[in-house]
Amino acid sequence: MWIYEKKLQYPIRVSKPDVKMAKYLLTQYGGPDGELSAALRYMNQRYSMPTKKAKGLLTDIGTEELAHLEMIATMIYKLLKDVPLEVLKREGLGGHYAVHNSALFYVDPNGVPWTATYIQAQGDPVSDLTEDMAAEQKARQAYEQLIQLTDDPLLKDGLRFLREREVVHFQRFGEALNDVQGFLNSKKYY
Amino acid sequence: MHMRCKELLSELMEWSFVQLELGLYLDTHPEDLEAYNDYINACDKVNHLKREYEAYCGALSVCGYTPVQYPWGWIETPWPWEIEY
Repeated sequence: MWIYEKKLQYPIRVSKPDVKMAKYLLTQYGGPDGELSAALRYMNQRYSMPTKKAKGLLTDIGTEELAHLEMIATMIYKLLKDVPLEVLKREGLGGHYAVHNSALFYVDPNGVPWTATYIQAQGDPVSDLTEDMAAEQKARQAYEQLIQLTDDPLLKDGLRFLREREVVHFQRFGEALNDVQGFLNSKKYY
Repeated sequence: MHMRCKELLSELMEWSFVQLELGLYLDTHPEDLEAYNDYINACDKVNHLKREYEAYCGALSVCGYTPVQYPWGWIETPWPWEIEY
């Protein structure tokens, strides 16, 4: 089970409201390689992992991804705080407002809703961990693009933290993959 | 949010991160004694800071070191997205 703690993993600050940036950040909320995809992908794959290292790592990284989802939501919340409807319309969130009012939703910046087809679970631990490593690289790439899209130094700070986490996760998944491959080779079942 | 609470929260976030990062590392390096000792130290700092934060600023989780105050204080303190860090 999980216990909620009333705190963020890393402080989120923004210098000023920015509707366009809030919209772009949706890629890490409800997009293909966003934090929701990451959390659900890892939490679901852990049940078919053969080694204790892989089970532990997927549980702990999956949990961290939920904390990242909360950080992205906080960025969007702060970037849209007290923004009048006129500005939302002008800056590209009129369509979102028509459907969701000011609610957050699991969509990408183009309004495409999150779908389970964004994630995989093959039951083959080598396939799954390799997919996880690719997902971390794609998320690292997304954060670099988001950092390029904003000139807000406070927002960049939070995005840099998240980018760095993807690099660390990639490294840890690589270690878990080595462990799994060692285990499979020791079984010699092919 | 009081200045003292902001400071305590910031320190708690830092040490919680140290603890989490060492936890991930230990998942794939369970026999690294040096990392394990760092984890013990971080865990001790986190527990100490949680105790202090909860006593002074309110509950971090529903049943932490200090029970939530009556009337139900859990819903009174700011949510993470509402805090100006």
